[in-house]
Amino acid sequence: MTTTATPVQPAPGATAPAHNPKSESTTAKRAKSTIFHAAALLLTCVVLYPALWMIASAFKPNSEIGGQNTSLWSSNFSFDNFATAMDGIGGVSTLQFFTNSLILAIGAVVGTILSASVSAYAFARIKFPGRSVFFGMMIATLLLPFHVVIIPQYIIFQQLGLVDTYVPLLIGKFLAGDAFFVFLMVQFMRNLPAELDEAARIDGAGHVRIFTSIMLPLMKPALISTSIFSFIWSWNDFLGPLLYLNTPDKYPLPLALRLFVDQTQSSDYGAMIAMSVLALLPVLIFFLIFQRYIVEGVSTQGLKG
Amino acid sequence: MTQSPTLSRRQGHSGTALPRKSRQRGADARAGYTFLLPWLLGFIALTVGPMISSLYLSFTNYNLFEPPKWIGFDNYATLFQDERFLQSVGVTLSYVVFGTPLKLAAALAVAMLLNSKRRGQGFYRSAFYAPSLIGASVSIAIVWKAMFGDSGPVDQGLSFFGINIGGWVGNPSMTMPMMILLTVWQFGAPMVIFLAGLKQIPGELYEAASMDGAGPVRKFFNITWPMLSPVIFFNLLMETIHAFQIFASAYIISNGDGGPAGSTLFYTLYLYLRGFSDFRMGYASAMAWLLVIVVGIITLIFFRTSKSWVHYSGDAK
Repeated sequence: MTTTATPVQPAPGATAPAHNPKSESTTAKRAKSTIFHAAALLLTCVVLYPALWMIASAFKPNSEIGGQNTSLWSSNFSFDNFATAMDGIGGVSTLQFFTNSLILAIGAVVGTILSASVSAYAFARIKFPGRSVFFGMMIATLLLPFHVVIIPQYIIFQQLGLVDTYVPLLIGKFLAGDAFFVFLMVQFMRNLPAELDEAARIDGAGHVRIFTSIMLPLMKPALISTSIFSFIWSWNDFLGPLLYLNTPDKYPLPLALRLFVDQTQSSDYGAMIAMSVLALLPVLIFFLIFQRYIVEGVSTQGLKG
Repeated sequence: MTQSPTLSRRQGHSGTALPRKSRQRGADARAGYTFLLPWLLGFIALTVGPMISSLYLSFTNYNLFEPPKWIGFDNYATLFQDERFLQSVGVTLSYVVFGTPLKLAAALAVAMLLNSKRRGQGFYRSAFYAPSLIGASVSIAIVWKAMFGDSGPVDQGLSFFGINIGGWVGNPSMTMPMMILLTVWQFGAPMVIFLAGLKQIPGELYEAASMDGAGPVRKFFNITWPMLSPVIFFNLLMETIHAFQIFASAYIISNGDGGPAGSTLFYTLYLYLRGFSDFRMGYASAMAWLLVIVVGIITLIFFRTSKSWVHYSGDAK
């Protein structure tokens, strides 16, 4: 910036400053940059400390977690806590909880991708009476506290004998229940040129053809962000499984963790934290791999965390 | 639309233009509703239907095993004499009123710090965002509880500065600050959105302001704040609505009972306990509807007042 400005400086000798303006601005710049990085790094340490403390504690013996220990280092690092955590709880192995979480999350991703993309196509690309009314209602559900529907939903599923199955947790995903994703895909499709469908229509393609062979391939970025977020939200979901699942061998990880906390009640902090780490591991791995997509998704579509 | 008949006449199929048009329209309507079917089914069966029935249930006594008994406005009247309910309202309001502005202030401050062409920006952005992805999980609630527990690392760290709290988790007056810190820690998601908004502000505005001798404070209030106001509005609305619905962290940190001394009895937690522990489903439905009404009113107030401080780029100011 400043280097390109210097040649346009007034002719030498005009006001002859005591010091060279160019060198002053670069040192000032360097100082500013140092302050920026110092502040940002300090903040990074503060922000990441809980996560690092969690990971470090998972490797420490119990005696070192609660006591006089803020440090992240220990001379007694071991995998004992993880071994205890993998044993599971209530006669169910942690591997089973993992499998359950995975089934629910993959079901959520598949259901959301299928239903939200189809519904979004209707909102974004087909003209039909009532479209704007329904679109407004869909937006309204984004703001609706979902607690208003959980009691009747529970009653319905209870009467259908579906409590303690995965149906109540997954059916909403197959019916485009997360309006956020429908909205995201509508926004994405609206930005695709209309000439695409017009050209296809002239060639005699119907909506099914246009959707499957033109829209879906172009929607890849939106489909990827939707998959990532619906996976993570399902993985972290607690209220849904808490309401509907009764038998421990069907529990996903968050519910298993609660059971673990209830039964060990702070007697085995190390194993509890190790299990917390295990429960977050897929999310952390997802984040490391897809952080570009995740952060871009948030900044362009305003997705919540 | 109105031009199309002339257009098609020019193209030479004036005779078939209108019927084809209306046939096309009929086909589009059919296709539209077919494609919309998944959402429409879910909307009716999982949202509208349940909303209506919870409104009905809120006027009844219902325990899931006997048929609902109509009691008029009794549930709503009882709510306002229920001390635990009033406490849950207080807890939730203080969380929303203090937590949300703090979180957004942190988000905006950090976004402004990061809004420059410096190396490492992407790394910091990702690092600060990470807590938003995991912050509402059960795992983090457990870790938070351990960190803020008696002689946990937070206490240890503070005692280094001569501050002795002696365990936040068991102290009813410290649990709220602890919960607020948990939400402030998740400032990354609104920060990323602020950052995207800041990048849209043309740099010439700041350059022109500098030439006029404006300092950083004037620049903030006269350029950054108005230019960013739509994004601030969006974040404020979404974060406020989400804050009302906090559940998992409160449940885990309080062992599912809102303790100690009801200091973490969040609204949704009390709703859950009433509905699914005591099976007072009519009562819980009344609570749910009250939440909908309050959130609706707040949304309305936000939108009404937004006209005075939210500027969209198309506006003539």
